Amino acid sequence: MDHDLTLLPEILVSVFLVIGGLFGLVGSIGFLRLRDTMQRLHAPTKATTLGVGGVLIGSMLYFVMVEGRVSFHELLITLFLFLTAPITANFIAKTHMQAKLQEKDLPPSGGKYGWAVYDAPPGEENDPGR
Amino acid sequence: MITYAIVFAFACFGFGLLGTLWRMLAGPTVADRILALDTMVINFIALIILYGIWQGTAIYFEASMLIAMVGFVSTVAFCRFILRGDIIE
Repeated sequence: MDHDLTLLPEILVSVFLVIGGLFGLVGSIGFLRLRDTMQRLHAPTKATTLGVGGVLIGSMLYFVMVEGRVSFHELLITLFLFLTAPITANFIAKTHMQAKLQEKDLPPSGGKYGWAVYDAPPGEENDPGR
Repeated sequence: MITYAIVFAFACFGFGLLGTLWRMLAGPTVADRILALDTMVINFIALIILYGIWQGTAIYFEASMLIAMVGFVSTVAFCRFILRGDIIE
């Protein structure tokens, strides 16, 4: 496909695409090479935020500078990914804690109640259904 | 030059997809497999957006948005099922 561009937009879009690709690669390599599940949880966030973010910024610049139209779909995708990434990581960490860690392995929660993975929610400690 | 950049990013995210597929097949715990599925969805979104730039069309943003939503809901459903034995209580 023929991309007929002037020099500055071409350099900008290319730089953002290469940055995004590199961070995606870094996230996947870290996901392959780190040793523990909790460490592995850390690596793909780079692919989520910086990798996909770089690609989305490159895409936005491309459509503004080359096609001449402003598109907000990239902002929507970025917002959705940035909103859902912490929720996903929290759920996966809770799954790992419930499967592999005991409550005595953890430091005290420092608050009035225990860790939410193991204890009943406040107000339901004496609920016989649990 | 932008063609080479797109090809480079395609190669990076394709390798990332293969790596996360390997982690999903080999991952020792269930949490690893769920995280690998989530990361595969992320890499796939990037690949679809790159294909949209390659073709010069904006029609693939809806597809990537839908895949992002389905990926999030499926990850939460997997985790809820492992955590509680039920998805919607």
